[in-house]
Amino acid sequence: MDYAVVVALQILSGVATLVIVSLGLAVVFGMMRVINLAHGEFLMLGGYTAILSYGHGANLWLAILVLPPIVVGLIGAVVERLLIRRLYGRMIDTMLATWGLSLAFIGGVTMLFGNSNTGVSAPLGSFEVGRFHVASYDIFLMLAACALSAIVWAVLKLTPAGLIARGTMQNAEMAAALGVAPDRVYAITFSAGAALSGLAGGLIAPVAGVLPTMGTAYIAKAFITVITGGAAMLTGTLVASALLGTVSTVFTFVWTPVFGEVALLVFAIVLLRLLPRGITGRFLRRSL
Amino acid sequence: MGPSRSSAEIVAVLLIALFAAWALPQALELFALINATVWVSMAVLAVSLGLIWGFGGILCFGQTAFFGLGGYTYAVASINFGDTTWAVPIALLVPTLVAAALGYLMFYGRISDVYMGVITLTTTLILFKFANSTAGDEWNIGASPLGGFNGIPGTPPLNWPFDPGDQLPPEQIFVVAVLCLALCYAAAKLILRTRFGRVCVAIKENELRAELLGYDVRLHKLALFAIGGFMAGMAGILFANCVFVSPTMFSLSYAGQVIIWVLVGGIGTLVGPVIGCMLIQALTTYAGTLSSVDPNLLLGVVFMLAVVAVPKGLLPTATNLIARLTRRGDA
Repeated sequence: MDYAVVVALQILSGVATLVIVSLGLAVVFGMMRVINLAHGEFLMLGGYTAILSYGHGANLWLAILVLPPIVVGLIGAVVERLLIRRLYGRMIDTMLATWGLSLAFIGGVTMLFGNSNTGVSAPLGSFEVGRFHVASYDIFLMLAACALSAIVWAVLKLTPAGLIARGTMQNAEMAAALGVAPDRVYAITFSAGAALSGLAGGLIAPVAGVLPTMGTAYIAKAFITVITGGAAMLTGTLVASALLGTVSTVFTFVWTPVFGEVALLVFAIVLLRLLPRGITGRFLRRSL
Repeated sequence: MGPSRSSAEIVAVLLIALFAAWALPQALELFALINATVWVSMAVLAVSLGLIWGFGGILCFGQTAFFGLGGYTYAVASINFGDTTWAVPIALLVPTLVAAALGYLMFYGRISDVYMGVITLTTTLILFKFANSTAGDEWNIGASPLGGFNGIPGTPPLNWPFDPGDQLPPEQIFVVAVLCLALCYAAAKLILRTRFGRVCVAIKENELRAELLGYDVRLHKLALFAIGGFMAGMAGILFANCVFVSPTMFSLSYAGQVIIWVLVGGIGTLVGPVIGCMLIQALTTYAGTLSSVDPNLLLGVVFMLAVVAVPKGLLPTATNLIARLTRRGDA
């Protein structure tokens, strides 16, 4: 019984991690159709912001939750202005340029902070389920995943800014005719996506090792999740995270973490063979 | 471009290759020659991607998956057999089959090229992680350990067919590599002249139109992708012969470099990727000697500049420029 609870919690925390690392990409790629291969490096920069500010004496929660989204959001705004803006509509060029960006970020951070593994230990301690210890921070990550999804949903669905963003993504010319400046909407949306990625980096910093190359561990999973999710970016990402996170965690339990990742990929590729337009291309089509 | 001009190009490239195979082993020190072999094996990889991306429109971000599979299969098979005669065909077959299987899932699922890029990239990253985790005896395949992070250092070099004692020295490996590069180039050129190759180019130009004209788009892409996997596997074997196989063959930085070579050299050409490969390799080697700048940073910046400034690549930009200058000269 206790074991079942622990396994269930592990699965939930796997799903929550997937949601957290994918949300920023869901905004940038799912909404804007910008293939940002530097997404993993945005996570990495968020992680470094958290670690460095904590190391310089900032409050832990400030370092995890507040500073990373601000810093990475600003970096995102600069990147959009200098690089992404030149390439809207040229999907493959965007992909290549952001890959270059990703390499440059990895190289730059390696130069500045070295190639060593740093981290903060997870706060909040642990609690006991029968004979097992479960880290409370895992539970916090689950709550954070729920809260983040709710915030993204609320902003997009309930605020005028969200309405304008969704409208501009659907039809930029029409939005421009109605007096919206699409350039600004794109810039703000991209920065918001980057900020979400930065926050994700801060959130996972205590459980993942913070390394210049840590982004490569997440980029593939995040893309696969968003692609498998399909057109309705929020619902799709949540459903896909639930499916893929479960598959991956179960295989991790039965075998090793590597096979968990292999299973995730294989499952996603087969799923895309069956549902080429993603899960929400077939089901739940009218959701957000 | 008529067939005669393309034949002339093939002959010219073959002559250059023969000259390089004859002259460089005499001119270069052993260390430089081994390095040159590495570059040539990389150039084979560049040609494989130049073929499927430039002429088939297949954006494969994980060409290194087949490169690494070729290398690993070669190493494992030749260590087990004690002879490379059969290891080579097996090491060519495995990446081809994997490419065919992956291609089946992607092309018959009609996944768009953008998703394809992400899926192929993921494949090579997964292989990278897998190869990294294979340290320890439970991962031995027959007599050969997979070696995890360290790879398989004792990869045996090629020997004469059916004569395991007669291993090729580095000079001859270089000759073999140059000949392989020339053959891959010529084969790609010839494939593009067949009906199959022309249909592939038609699909790249306008997939819907080709399909409406009655061509099986999925099958053509699948076949071309498998050919690309074959060539990448060959590159892997050559690489294994002059370095040794290790998980880096699957790594993101290698996967990224292949794309950069093709992009910088010029998409839609076959010589361009080779030129791009040599230039970027030279740049990386130079960057490696700088202690103050991280090579990844330099590569990334070159990559971004290439996309923004010369989106067509060096070779097409240069040929356009020459064509414009000569036309001005005529007038």
